Amino acid sequence: MSKQEYNITAYTENQVGLLNRLAIIFSRRKINIESLNTSPSEIEGIHRFNIVVHESEEVVRKIARQMEKQVEVLKVYFNPNEEVIWQEMALYKVPTDVIAERALVERLLREHGARVVLIRKDYTVFETTGHREETDKLLAVLHPYGLIEFVRSARIAIIKTSQGFHHKLREFERQQPGEEVSENEFLDRRDKVFSM
Amino acid sequence: MFPNPQLQSAPASPEALAAPQVSGAVALLQGLVAEGVDTIFGYPGGAIIPIYDALYDFQEQLNHVLVRHEQGGIHAAQGYARASGRVGVVFATSGPGATNLVTGLADAQIDSTPLVCITGQVFAHLLGTDAFQETDILNITTPVTKWNHQITDARDIPAALAKAFYIARSGRPGPVLLDITKNAQLQLFEHAGYEPCTHIRSYRPRPVVRPEYVQRAADLINQAQRPLVLWGQGVLLGQAEDEFREFIEKSGIPAAWTILGAGALPTGHPLNVGMLGMHGNYGPNVLTNECDVLVAIGMRFDDRVTGRLDKYARQAQIIHLDIDPTEIDKNVTATVPVWGDCKETLPLLTQLVAARQHPAWRQRFRDHDAEEVAAVIQDELFPTQDELTMGEVIHQLNELTLGEAIIVTDVGQHQMVACRYARLNHPRLSITSGGLGTMGFALPAAIGARYGAPHRTVVAVIGDGGIQMTIQELGTIMQTGIEVKILLLNNQFLGMVRQWQELFHERRYSAVEIASPDYVTVANGYGIAARRVEHRPDLQPALRQLLTHPGSFLLEVRVTRENNIFPMVPQGCGVGEIRLK
Repeated sequence: MSKQEYNITAYTENQVGLLNRLAIIFSRRKINIESLNTSPSEIEGIHRFNIVVHESEEVVRKIARQMEKQVEVLKVYFNPNEEVIWQEMALYKVPTDVIAERALVERLLREHGARVVLIRKDYTVFETTGHREETDKLLAVLHPYGLIEFVRSARIAIIKTSQGFHHKLREFERQQPGEEVSENEFLDRRDKVFSM
Repeated sequence: MFPNPQLQSAPASPEALAAPQVSGAVALLQGLVAEGVDTIFGYPGGAIIPIYDALYDFQEQLNHVLVRHEQGGIHAAQGYARASGRVGVVFATSGPGATNLVTGLADAQIDSTPLVCITGQVFAHLLGTDAFQETDILNITTPVTKWNHQITDARDIPAALAKAFYIARSGRPGPVLLDITKNAQLQLFEHAGYEPCTHIRSYRPRPVVRPEYVQRAADLINQAQRPLVLWGQGVLLGQAEDEFREFIEKSGIPAAWTILGAGALPTGHPLNVGMLGMHGNYGPNVLTNECDVLVAIGMRFDDRVTGRLDKYARQAQIIHLDIDPTEIDKNVTATVPVWGDCKETLPLLTQLVAARQHPAWRQRFRDHDAEEVAAVIQDELFPTQDELTMGEVIHQLNELTLGEAIIVTDVGQHQMVACRYARLNHPRLSITSGGLGTMGFALPAAIGARYGAPHRTVVAVIGDGGIQMTIQELGTIMQTGIEVKILLLNNQFLGMVRQWQELFHERRYSAVEIASPDYVTVANGYGIAARRVEHRPDLQPALRQLLTHPGSFLLEVRVTRENNIFPMVPQGCGVGEIRLK
């Protein structure tokens, strides 16, 4: 089976040690994590992992099941790139005198949709957001101008067809109701949460 | 006693009088009592002293068994859990006490044994400082636990313990580790009472059964001409032995077992066609590659069962009943997955399947069985040579236990022989280290099994390699007076490795000759009666003595040195290529 990039989205409890528990599912199978991001999700108290791997669908499906098996993981989805909207952010630190002297750079930055985050006498920091190729392109462009520092964030991704996690959680609770589960405040206001 | 700034009890207030103030350690023990725990296997140490101090006042309710090594403690808890069907409980201290649990955790994780392990940990303010006997036991044990958690505040102890028991025993069971810092054990707090856990929103141990899949499975079974059932420990873990038997007897399908599934259907049942896998029976292995429908129930298609996967049951439609969705399609792709607790799915399936007999198909198993008897079993159980064989020892043992004893085995040749030939009339009579293959398992596990099933005779069948790995647990037998029958099969070799070196490495015997102490003297030193036999006429009287002696007994049987276990599916071969010699 051919390999491609998959975006794994995991909804989890916020628990110390869970990151390690999830990471070893990959490392045990000698699978490299290309990108990993944790953040809050649309539901208060539930965290969301975005993990990118380059693997076959069969391997990713098995990994997703192993992740979902962990006690503190609520649900795991996996999608190839075309099924998600995804972004990465990059920061570029460039000497200010070079920028000031060469108008060319300013044009380049505009072409790449970069924003200025900070200007100091000695250096300037630009920021751009987009797909890997886009942030890479600006990196290549800035290299000749004495690039001091470069950093790119992990990928964040939203699943195009997703209805969010609320209905899934509600379904869980319908099938196996807990005695002390507090209803999420957004469960009755989905239209407000999902404006897309 | 412990001047420590972190050690603060809640400030006294009028409301504080409502709930009693207890220490974290006392709350822990109260929780264990509330969970119905009666036996704890453990070993004290600095970071768990407060729990042991509290235990002083719980001696009426909680029997603490002092083992000789923490690995022995956790294997004993595994034996207890497997014999009783309840959660095994282990105490160990921080650092080396905790790391000594790792082998047992890995064993329990791969064999789905429910355990709750409590480890002491250094004071919370010392975490991460390389304090005396500090190890990062949570990260060390993460890959080998179903769940683990560190507690640094006594108020979290009751809820975490309740969660631990719920997780350990529900769904596909497994080991859980709670690491409790010393300050949390000492800390006083207002304890409102122990509440068992019945729900965790991120954890769904009981899948909702989808009837359409059960229907599709039944349709396949009803059309099958040569169906074969493979069952595993899931039947025992789900306590679905009756449901399983009803399914088998109505459908008339021959059924074969993985070593962890042994005993779910009695050995003598006419539809029990024997053991699967590398050293399993000839018929079920060969006919796995001839059946048209394979019904796998609570088993995980381990490589020792399947042999080479691309030569495994390629002709068959596969129905896979399992509670753990990660097992479905993991090694063998299922035509029809039936995700659920087999206690629930089997009765649904039984309703839908036609009552059949499959006489011609079942005859095939009997024919292969006759071949195996002629080629292997006859010589193994009724040898004509002078030297004793492992098989005849187990056979003679059967004659005396009549299938009513618990047989705990270690790992290696004797394990394969014991599992192949032991007679089991009931579930939970066979306890062995299956997935991990942990040498040294049997002696401590047998101690635990006896605590878990005090009304049963417990026979630990062990090789001369394995017993030397955990022989210190003879001290536990000595101190507790627990009754364990130790049947030591001594071939003066690490026999299974020797067999592989003989068959696949041109008899280049490398590090497999193992010397033994005088076991009779060693046992006597521990106050345990013992005897050694090497001649056939002595065997049965000695076995009788082993079983009837009041108290523990060690019987060493000198068996033939270079015997090989057959049948055998060589590594890298398909089950159809099983060799009889």
